[in-house]
Amino acid sequence: MKTLLRPAISLFVLLSALTGIAYPVAVTGIAHLAFPDQATGSLILQDGKPVGSRLIGQNFSDPAHFWGRPSATAPQPYNAGASSGSNLGPLNPALTDAVKARIAALRAADPANHVPIPADLVTASASGLDPHISPAAAAWQAGRVARAHGLPEAEVTKLIDAHTAGRQWGVFGEPRVNVLELNLALDALKN
Amino acid sequence: MTSHAWLLLGIFLAVLLLTAKPLGIYIANAMEGRLRIGRPFENLVCRLCGIRADEESNWLRYALALLLFNALGVVAVYGLQRLQAVLPLNPQQMAAVAPDSAFNTAVSFVTNTNWQGYGGESTMGYLVQMLGLGVQNFLSAATGIAVVFALIRGIARHSATTVGNAWVDLTRATAYVLLPLSVLMALFLAGQGVIQNFSPYRDVTTVETTHYDAPRLDASGQPLKDSKGNALTDPAETRVQTLPMGPVASQEAIKMLGTNGGGFFNANSAHPYENPTPLTDFVQMLAIFLTPAALCISFGRVVGDSRQGWAVLAAMTLMFVLAAWAAMSFEQQGNPQLAALGVDQAASALQAGGNMEGKEARFGIADSALFATVTTAASCGAVNAMHDSFTPLGGLVPLVNMQLGEVVFGGVGTGLYGMLVFAILAVFIAGLMIGRTPEYLGKKIEAYEMKMSSIAILVTPLLVLLGTALAVMAEAGRAGIANPGAHGFSEILYALTSAANNNGSAFAGLSANTPFYNVLLAVAMWFGRFGVIVPVLAMAGSLAAKKRIPTGAGTMPTHGPLFVTLLIGTVLLVGLLNYVPALALGPVVEHLMLWLGA
Repeated sequence: MKTLLRPAISLFVLLSALTGIAYPVAVTGIAHLAFPDQATGSLILQDGKPVGSRLIGQNFSDPAHFWGRPSATAPQPYNAGASSGSNLGPLNPALTDAVKARIAALRAADPANHVPIPADLVTASASGLDPHISPAAAAWQAGRVARAHGLPEAEVTKLIDAHTAGRQWGVFGEPRVNVLELNLALDALKN
Repeated sequence: MTSHAWLLLGIFLAVLLLTAKPLGIYIANAMEGRLRIGRPFENLVCRLCGIRADEESNWLRYALALLLFNALGVVAVYGLQRLQAVLPLNPQQMAAVAPDSAFNTAVSFVTNTNWQGYGGESTMGYLVQMLGLGVQNFLSAATGIAVVFALIRGIARHSATTVGNAWVDLTRATAYVLLPLSVLMALFLAGQGVIQNFSPYRDVTTVETTHYDAPRLDASGQPLKDSKGNALTDPAETRVQTLPMGPVASQEAIKMLGTNGGGFFNANSAHPYENPTPLTDFVQMLAIFLTPAALCISFGRVVGDSRQGWAVLAAMTLMFVLAAWAAMSFEQQGNPQLAALGVDQAASALQAGGNMEGKEARFGIADSALFATVTTAASCGAVNAMHDSFTPLGGLVPLVNMQLGEVVFGGVGTGLYGMLVFAILAVFIAGLMIGRTPEYLGKKIEAYEMKMSSIAILVTPLLVLLGTALAVMAEAGRAGIANPGAHGFSEILYALTSAANNNGSAFAGLSANTPFYNVLLAVAMWFGRFGVIVPVLAMAGSLAAKKRIPTGAGTMPTHGPLFVTLLIGTVLLVGLLNYVPALALGPVVEHLMLWLGA
């Protein structure tokens, strides 16, 4: 046993230093030189102050803004300090109740819209911080947002198209709209 | 299943099989000491650590070395968590982790399970993440590679007493295989948006003010409840969003390449800072399967017959395609309860449709269901969608993947040695059918090998089923259930399955950060890991000692379609016999209730 102990301890210390300190420090160094913006959180700056991250969604409930995915983080939605999904099973009555409430809120904000609501707009995301909605979910809200701003709907639709990303390399993932960037562009239009 | 989903699956398999061959040959060369460039480094390590590189050991000493090395890992990870409040690199001043949770996490990361009872961004400082959890991401995967090479050598050698040098194997697997791949992947991830820094968390002012109900806390910070047990809340508002920071890219790379799966953040690979784009998602899935697939090629290489490796890889791939097809189809079907509310779940050019609860918009259905299949077929356990919210049969796929013993690609090393145990069982069954002594790659399979195979195959179902029964009977076990009915049973079954098979994914609704589950799952993880490794090494030792018998007219070839079919049949038969009753009580009942109405 004693002949095993020395190599075990010294190899453990050595490999720990290599993989637990040298490796992350080296990657941090190179990442900061090559990708300083991405490595520090892809922040969106306005007048030099960060107003959010391109990758982290924010909570929107004003009818004049596009709303994002429902968020199940606690205690407030889009709490970036505690990412989480709802973990509700498909048969759980709490899921049906939550979806009913979301449908009611969306309908109340736009009573004249009778188009079926896209699934991603009434279901909680996995992280609770999803920055995106589907183009269908954005299109569903275009009329409401346009009226709130007194803009023609075509102009809002144009703005959605400008902020829609297709599948990456044509095959990976899904087409999507970044809600925070879209709303910032919308507010910029107003000013 | 949509045509886009088929395309995605096709591209995934094509890229995987194309990269597996060169990597497999490289790993074989690296592990067998044919990599000249590494010599000076290896010599230095051996000198510093008092290792005699040319001295190989028998299986028992090899097993003792690995056990000791891994036990040290448990002590280190436990200690780092308990002491993190006084250690550096903890800008958020995270407090010491509770003893039961720290113990569970230490065992979890050492056994390559990476089950997580905690939320990373609110529990672990950067030092624990890097030096505790990150190190084990490397070393547990290196342990897997070491064990499978000991077994491969046992098969390849004849009349030999040794199976390798554990210290040299651990060093080579870490430094030549895992580390270079991790550096490349970490930099790729950082370029795509995965964060990599040591800064404190960052507050930003949000566009809108968020109104919410804040739980009312007592003096000690515990939430207060009214007489009916409902949480008391006060209306609150905030315009601050706290963005978590940390060295994520470096952790994320090895989390995938080592089939570890422990997320830096609570939401794991669903978190946009861990997995920001569809491309990172694809690369993460690829990274999970890369080493397990390549090791099949390494196996063929070392035993001197590459067809043997391809046969094992073919069996894995066929079972995987079936599972991926099932998961993608069931998730795309959506939730009939939501359809009844008039929600539009149809796939179109403008939306993924399907069951979007617990899924991210950038991944949709195809990438989420494929990821779930990959992460559970391999014993990774990272998630990019919440499995707890999958449809009943969509969620059954990850459960069954794990219950097959993590041999469909499986973990780094563990997948291949698990599959080779099944291969030995398969030739044994075939031998019984025709009344001949079974042999595998020129080695006679006798009573000792069959005993060891049986232990290796049966130890995990035993832990899963007994553990589940115990948790369902105990008050403390039932208290953790989040969803009512059959789904609640599935949550417990999933937790034990995941722990004993060293996967680490979860039906995350289960409140598992309690002393009961922390201890129960730690026991399942430790014995699910080393209860298999020790018999596998014993078998390696006994195979190495055997003489090689020449191939004769009566030898069953173990590389053709017949053997692949037999191997798949054996894996499915054992898995189904063990788990059909438990599965019927959970996901199957839930599926019938969901679609037939109850």
